[in-house]
Amino acid sequence: MEAIKEHKGLVLPLDRSNIDTDQIIPKQFLKRIERTGFGQYLFYNWRFDDDGNPQEDFALNQPQYQKSSILIAGENFGCGSSREHAPWALDDYGFKVIIAPSFADIFYNNALKNGIILIKMEEEQLNKWMLKAEESSFVLSVDLKNQQITDDTGNVIDFEIPEYHKEKLMNGWDDIALTLLQEDKITAYENLTSVN
Amino acid sequence: MGKPETIIEKIWNKHVVHQEAGKPDLLYIDQHLVHEVTSPQAFEGLRIANRKVRRPDLTYATMDHNVPTKDRHVIKDEISKKQMETLKKNCEDFGIKLADMFHPDQGIVHVIGPQLGLTQPGKTIVCGDSHTSTHGAFGALAFGIGTSEVEHVLATQTIWQEKPKTLNVKVEGNLGPGVTAKDLILAIIGKFGVRFGTGYVMEFTGEAIRKLSMEGRMTICNMSIEGGARAGLISPDQTTVDYLEGREYVPSGKEFEKVATEWLDLATDDGAEYDETVIIHADEIEPQVTWGTNPGMCVPIGGSTPIIADVDHKEDVKRALEYMGLAENQPITSIEIDHVFIGSCTNSRLSDLQKAASIIQGRKVKDGVKAIVVPGSFSVKLQAEKIGLDHVFTEAGFEWRESGCSMCLGMNDDIVPPGGRCASTSNRNFEGRQGNGARTHLVSPEMAAAAAIEGHFVDVRQFAGVPN
Repeated sequence: MEAIKEHKGLVLPLDRSNIDTDQIIPKQFLKRIERTGFGQYLFYNWRFDDDGNPQEDFALNQPQYQKSSILIAGENFGCGSSREHAPWALDDYGFKVIIAPSFADIFYNNALKNGIILIKMEEEQLNKWMLKAEESSFVLSVDLKNQQITDDTGNVIDFEIPEYHKEKLMNGWDDIALTLLQEDKITAYENLTSVN
Repeated sequence: MGKPETIIEKIWNKHVVHQEAGKPDLLYIDQHLVHEVTSPQAFEGLRIANRKVRRPDLTYATMDHNVPTKDRHVIKDEISKKQMETLKKNCEDFGIKLADMFHPDQGIVHVIGPQLGLTQPGKTIVCGDSHTSTHGAFGALAFGIGTSEVEHVLATQTIWQEKPKTLNVKVEGNLGPGVTAKDLILAIIGKFGVRFGTGYVMEFTGEAIRKLSMEGRMTICNMSIEGGARAGLISPDQTTVDYLEGREYVPSGKEFEKVATEWLDLATDDGAEYDETVIIHADEIEPQVTWGTNPGMCVPIGGSTPIIADVDHKEDVKRALEYMGLAENQPITSIEIDHVFIGSCTNSRLSDLQKAASIIQGRKVKDGVKAIVVPGSFSVKLQAEKIGLDHVFTEAGFEWRESGCSMCLGMNDDIVPPGGRCASTSNRNFEGRQGNGARTHLVSPEMAAAAAIEGHFVDVRQFAGVPN
């Protein structure tokens, strides 16, 4: 996983709550055996009609949001299926930061393992940004180290993130390698319990 | 006696391998279940890093999401086929037991785990599938994980987890006749919403839960995730012990007596405290039908769709009604359906099929309704056929299929066409879940069966022969 310490990017507003992973990446695209190439299918059923033509009223298809890399959405983002294809698709499309009032548990872990910064933000502040991004091109800068978001007028908003998650993102750590540092303990556990 | 503990704390504490302040705990995993959709990239990761599967003996794989349910030999989709072949090769290369499409133990991963007795009280169980919460019915701590975590568990047999908060979902009183476990869990999610369980493990307690069969308990725990909780569980009791005795992976004789005592000791202690408690009264619950695009959007059969002016989240409700092709304040019984799906890891076990069959018996599926039954496993299918359920269904006009996930998510050919409307015993009514543009209404097997006969939703309690 690539380390990520800060990110500046164009904001895509998706003012919907409970955006489930079936919407982020529909099931017909889960059959691939690779980790890459899912970006083209991101939000597929919202982005394209039955004939595969772009739906113009969907933000991702509008010219002002091309190359957006920060996604702002409603509460409970990523609920439903555990498919990691969802963060793979978001990452592959180019989203590095997602800001929402809350995230579903499994999605949160999956995104973290793919180097996507997830920021929980209270709704009042989020709605201000949502409106700004809906009106015109709007850029945010995220500084993970100092846990701050700066908007285009220089306003700075602090955010919370568990220290451990921050450390992992900033270092791009491989979880398995970290765990194997504890291999003696795993073996000891196996020897002590009946799991052998 | 120490401080009274919940079953959640008991299982957790027993499985901590490593603990450090400010970090998640490293938990040992007793059982890892694997299927074809969320595992190929995990095995690939192992190959690239030259890693092995640490405990192939604690890992068990099957094929369920993609498998054809009409003719096992006809897989039209080359990519689906490749995904299944990949699982077979991965299991061979890494020494993992696999129940493939033609194996007698094949079935939906959350149906076969309990059926084989791989699922046992006190175990930590993971699978790359959010409905892994199903196994919590046995008093196991079971939750869905992503593919990176699948790879991690394959390589280390452990997982990093933050200790969850505990939530007691207390069900007081008893369910009325014709009201099922499915109605109960839908009513719980309808009342408390689709995210009340986020960050928690739910324990379902109370009289109505104790009276449920293991299959009913699996339906409840299965949908914990639809209320936001990664895991939901029920303390083991004699019902749990009786269900497991004699199953393939469960010890027998003296050893069984020993483990059965240990299982019963896992139950939450009297006086144990939860971080949060919610209460629901079972007596007040009626058969439920979802009208919208998440499982929390549900009402009793006698109800109607919402009036937008009366609700919070107006935009969400408006959008859902639009997608579903429904009007505001529309009576649920006026909604006509053209598809019926009886199946999925929520409701595809023998008792589910028996209850649906008791409604169907001697009746015919309404003209214009396409109805299918997809047993949860090959073994469920055989047992059902032994008692003649296949004939009850086919004589009524249902199609009787091979086991798999099927129309719950439509990864194979079993999809609802755009604009089609399905009464479904599955767990998710998300936009496009059963097919692009498809409209899903979640119900119990009995309610799905009654809708198949009438062509629209009806109160199953008005049908003769309603099972108690």
